[in-house]
Amino acid sequence: MKIRQIQSLMEADLLTGEDELDSDVFSACASDMMSDVLAFVKDQGVLITGLVNPQVIRTAAMMDMRCIVFVRGKNPGEDVISLGDEAGIVIMTSKLRMYEACGRLYTAGLHAGSITTPEE
Amino acid sequence: MAESVMFHFDVDGESFESAGEASIVVKKRLRQLGLAPDIIRRVSIAMYEGEINMVIHANGGTADVEVTPEEIIIVLADKGPGIPDVDLAMQAGYSTAKDNIRSLGFGAGMGLPNMKKYSDSMEIDTTVGVGTTITMKVKL
Repeated sequence: MKIRQIQSLMEADLLTGEDELDSDVFSACASDMMSDVLAFVKDQGVLITGLVNPQVIRTAAMMDMRCIVFVRGKNPGEDVISLGDEAGIVIMTSKLRMYEACGRLYTAGLHAGSITTPEE
Repeated sequence: MAESVMFHFDVDGESFESAGEASIVVKKRLRQLGLAPDIIRRVSIAMYEGEINMVIHANGGTADVEVTPEEIIIVLADKGPGIPDVDLAMQAGYSTAKDNIRSLGFGAGMGLPNMKKYSDSMEIDTTVGVGTTITMKVKL
């Protein structure tokens, strides 16, 4: 799925990363706990979260994610946006709640991708 | 790459906001060295979790990364409170982090298990009241 399509499905405002809107992503994950994103997620393209702080951007960067969607109308500050800009990550904000946001992406064909657990 | 490359960082314990800056730099450097993406991802996640731990629990410390032709060695050293029960601390889900850390998205008790998971070997040298040194290796 193109990141541009995610923006459309999420009815989201783009905050940075316009040049990357035609990049493809193949999977997504949603969490407010960055610990869990780092633990359970593999090869994910999009992070959907209601948590807003610089560690969200760093977590996504560590995981090689392409796009972050802040849900529940959360608006990150300039510091967070510029970190995303430096990392080449598309950042957008949507008024949808997380459940609705996930449902729309899943229905449109963007699934969870491969997931590993620490026990594996 | 015939010779070893080394990086040293001081991890500021005062600011949760800046935690992870060293890991971001290491990730960039490893990319410049042309290492495989999955190796880079494992090293940077393991180091990032360690950096977050040092800021949450130990008021910062130092991070040293050595890239040899065979492996990447990450040494994280702090002068924090030490870990009284390492086996307990290694259990997924066990955490001594405060609620304010959870509200920032961390403290789920996954840090040490993740560091072990993403490295090929991990050694914890810790003394209560003195500090903790964690050595992780990732084979190339």
